[in-house]
Amino acid sequence: MASKPETATDENRPLVGVRQLSVQFGRQNVLRGINLTVPRGQTLALIGESGCGKTVLLKTIIGLVRPTRGEVLFDGANLSSLGDKELTRQRIRFGFLFQQAALFDSMNVEQNVSFPLRQHTEKSPSEIHEIVVKRLEEVGLPEMVMHKKPAELSGGMRKRVGLARALALDPEIMLYDEPTTGLDPIMSDVINELILRTRKRYPVTSIVVTHDMHTARKVADRVVMLFPLAHLKPDDPQIIFDSPPDKLDSCNDKRVTQFVNGEAGERLMEMRDLADSRVR
Amino acid sequence: MASGHGALERHGNHRRSLGQGIVDWVTDLGEMVLGWIVALGDITVFCGRTLSWLAARLPRRETLMPCLYQIGVLSLPVVALTGTFIGMVLAVQSYSQFKVAHLETRLGAVINMSLVRELGPVLAATMLAGRVGSAMAAELGTMRVTEQIDALSSMGANPIAYLVVPRFLGCLLLIPILTLMADFMGVVGGWFYSTQILGIDNHHYWDNSQRFVSAFDLFGGLCKSMFFGAAIALISCHRGFHCDPGAEGVGRAAYSAFVNSFVVILMLDFVLGISLDKLYFLLWPQGPSFL
Repeated sequence: MASKPETATDENRPLVGVRQLSVQFGRQNVLRGINLTVPRGQTLALIGESGCGKTVLLKTIIGLVRPTRGEVLFDGANLSSLGDKELTRQRIRFGFLFQQAALFDSMNVEQNVSFPLRQHTEKSPSEIHEIVVKRLEEVGLPEMVMHKKPAELSGGMRKRVGLARALALDPEIMLYDEPTTGLDPIMSDVINELILRTRKRYPVTSIVVTHDMHTARKVADRVVMLFPLAHLKPDDPQIIFDSPPDKLDSCNDKRVTQFVNGEAGERLMEMRDLADSRVR
Repeated sequence: MASGHGALERHGNHRRSLGQGIVDWVTDLGEMVLGWIVALGDITVFCGRTLSWLAARLPRRETLMPCLYQIGVLSLPVVALTGTFIGMVLAVQSYSQFKVAHLETRLGAVINMSLVRELGPVLAATMLAGRVGSAMAAELGTMRVTEQIDALSSMGANPIAYLVVPRFLGCLLLIPILTLMADFMGVVGGWFYSTQILGIDNHHYWDNSQRFVSAFDLFGGLCKSMFFGAAIALISCHRGFHCDPGAEGVGRAAYSAFVNSFVVILMLDFVLGISLDKLYFLLWPQGPSFL
């Protein structure tokens, strides 16, 4: 009986919580005072210019980058305080699709997709093979690609194999790092559809880092925009937009509208100023 | 007045730039020393984590076997070939000096002692550092640059346990075998040139070898080689894990893995040589008599 209210609390608790997070590499500040919560089941798109810290935030959420200050809570546990073994146990609950897919060169497609299954389950080779076939089917890849090496695949196929591998262990949360970057418009839309389908098929929480507005509008329930620290004053918040995607067009912040509409704006003036200062 | 003022200003500027130069030099020196301390601390932590994962869980057969094949089987031919030539070169270089003192028959003792105590282990380690160490650094460096190491971590596989421990074990366990091969082929090469080309008497050649080369020399050489193997694996994997981005970064990781390994091999050789000598004289105080 005592477990019921506890379960209810667990379910209401956001899956990811980021509190006062700052990340610094050497003397360079990348993230400053970020506060963010992601409820279970939500698909959040993290947008912003290149170099604003989107990927760093994503990698901090899974514990690949250690925060300089602040904390990341995953299902109530502070990831940066966990030891190697407990962190490994928590990471199994994540799926991560890397920007260039990050498939293991030395393994073929089947070995890549089955890697997490071989590492963390006691399933027999035939069971693993069946799961691999199913996962590849879900991302629209035929069985015949299984014996190919990553170098023999196109960019879109590599991304889909990366997605199949990330989904192999039925993760509770999917992290996508620029899933459509470097793909043609048709393949980009295929990846967007796969993100949507994954969400329909599994009760998964997703964070999608992208600067493709089509992706953000299509797949996300909520859009968060980060701004590069180099262009902010010391007390300005780094998150400059946090709302559903339909509010993007009605946003009054010039920095958001410029990004959404793809206008260079101040960046052109900065380039001109830099050129002028060099001439002087 | 103006020219006097200008000279004064120049003098002031010169003093300021001299002072600034000293400050810059001290700052650079401080940063360099700090960098060394950080690097030393970093590799110490890396070694500690490798040993702790080794103690916690042995690698799986399917990850260990390819490493053993790469490190052991594929290195054997080159180690055997270089070992043979080193044995023959030793015979060529020593013969003229020994002939002057009419001690040609002692050539076997010198060649074989040098081989099993020093040249065999150092040669096998150098070959391993060049062939395997730089390849490991380049492979792991490429994996770092292309986010494959991050991918491993994100899937709950510890990169040290999965990538470093099998390579460390491979180097540690197989370098004694490679050393034995270098020793054996060197002995064969030295014997061939001394007895078949230079015409030294076969019986005296082996008799002298047997009198002066003990099992302790062989044991000492193999013992040293295990330290060399461990150092090569740890340094090379560490270089790969801390590879800078881009093709240049991978190239730098590969060559710095070889250079650092080679320097550490020679330093270890010196320290272990002294330690083994002390151990020998502790066990057999009368020591060997060469002449």
